[in-house]
Amino acid sequence: MSDKKEIVISVKNLTKRFGSRTILSEVSLDIYEGETLVVMGGSGCGKSTFLRHLIGALRPDEGEVWMFGKNIAKADEMEMDEIRKQFGMLFQSGALFDSMTVGENIALPLREHTKLDENIIRIVIKLKLDLVGLRGFENLMPSQLSGGMKKRCGLARAIVMDPKIVFYDEPTAGLDPVMTGVIDKLTMDLTKKLNITSVVVTHDMGSVFRIANRIVMLHEGRVLEIGTPDEIRHSKNPIVQQFITGGAEGPISFVQSGEDYLEHLTEEIEI
Amino acid sequence: MLVRQTRDVLALLVQTVYWVFVGPFRGKPVSRKGLFVQTVFAGVDSLVIVFFVNFFIGIVLAMQSAYQLEQLGATIYVAALVAVSVTREIGPVLTSLVIAGRVGAAITAEISTMKVTEQIEALETLSLNPVRYLVVPRFLALLMVLPCLVMMGDIIGMFGGYIVGVYNLGLGSGLYMDTTIEFLTVKDITTGLFKSAVFSMIISMIACYQGLSTEGGAEGVGRSTTQSVVTSFILIIIADAVLTAVFYFAKT
Repeated sequence: MSDKKEIVISVKNLTKRFGSRTILSEVSLDIYEGETLVVMGGSGCGKSTFLRHLIGALRPDEGEVWMFGKNIAKADEMEMDEIRKQFGMLFQSGALFDSMTVGENIALPLREHTKLDENIIRIVIKLKLDLVGLRGFENLMPSQLSGGMKKRCGLARAIVMDPKIVFYDEPTAGLDPVMTGVIDKLTMDLTKKLNITSVVVTHDMGSVFRIANRIVMLHEGRVLEIGTPDEIRHSKNPIVQQFITGGAEGPISFVQSGEDYLEHLTEEIEI
Repeated sequence: MLVRQTRDVLALLVQTVYWVFVGPFRGKPVSRKGLFVQTVFAGVDSLVIVFFVNFFIGIVLAMQSAYQLEQLGATIYVAALVAVSVTREIGPVLTSLVIAGRVGAAITAEISTMKVTEQIEALETLSLNPVRYLVVPRFLALLMVLPCLVMMGDIIGMFGGYIVGVYNLGLGSGLYMDTTIEFLTVKDITTGLFKSAVFSMIISMIACYQGLSTEGGAEGVGRSTTQSVVTSFILIIIADAVLTAVFYFAKT
């Protein structure tokens, strides 16, 4: 189904090293218009680093990231500014500016980048707050909000410029199951109603299968598997299976074997 | 390490100056609201502490010098000594140190907290350059405010000396003021103000640099804030020595 759609982001052979550690190694994938792509993987697999390349916060050591027909790995600051206006990003903590009210937070991109009338800006703030279910919250300070509300405000700010793509960094981490459901539903609604392309980084298995059209599993900086939720669920790859079922035993090792463990415990002891 | 930091601070200064002068022509001037808020915080809110410090330093200077000058029978020169030392040195340096502790620390704490809570990254993804949006208002506010504070501090410091001279040493009020004016030159005041402008740039650049380069949560915020104040203090003292040498000891 997705191969008929237009490609909005195309990542080619993305490689990133921090010092001698290779975080991402030759990651290649295409993201299609209007889909919800979930990037999942264990802690430290490079999924956050991958996301930071997509938003232009990091530059790759090798490879290309094409978005809206531009290679953002090579874009200069001014080109990057134009590209950034076309996508929104929901940060893990919401990243609201705590010196401003909720309304000012949401209005900031409009006030800075457009010449819209102040009355129209007020209406847009209300519209976006309604969309995330926070009617009447515009005059509160971020410190007065709960974690879930902060995330929803962050989402309202991310979509205020009517972006074509929204990136989500662990949108449900640290939320209760109901709030997780709310955020998931918002993600799906936005994708459906506004035809926004969503890229979600998460390791919350519940929401992965609720919201995803396609899933990418990263492991040790490489793409382990790409597919629809069904394909992933029935994947034969033991690492994928262990990850989605959450088993402690398996190819992703946590418990060390007996001999190694003894060695590790006694390695700094001099007898 | 030191070389890299120096280079980064200078790079930040270049970017700041770029946004100050080129920003308005690219349709991105400094936000007036931000500048206003920072000016009030750095200036108006600092008045009490700056007055307090300068007033008592003026008093102490007068008392200390009176003790020495009395033995030479030259008590009247207390007025000259207080005026010249306050305007040339004590006023600018002490006021700047106070501001580095009060405003510089606050700037670093605020920006570094924004850094560790992803707010700086959020600014960037909203296509708002952190240098333009955060650094420039603070830089300009301090550059405007610190010389003003020093000017007022100079007057208050001399007033402190005057109180001691007139009410304690028994010098005539008119005589004290005449002596002050006779020995004070315009150069004393202008070099003091020039110094304070340089110090203001040191404070804002170090504070913003430390804030933006913070890493590692609450501990990182604390470390950056300490670093910011300590580095500002050291650089202010060094710059003071260099500028004094240039103004008063360089061969013309």
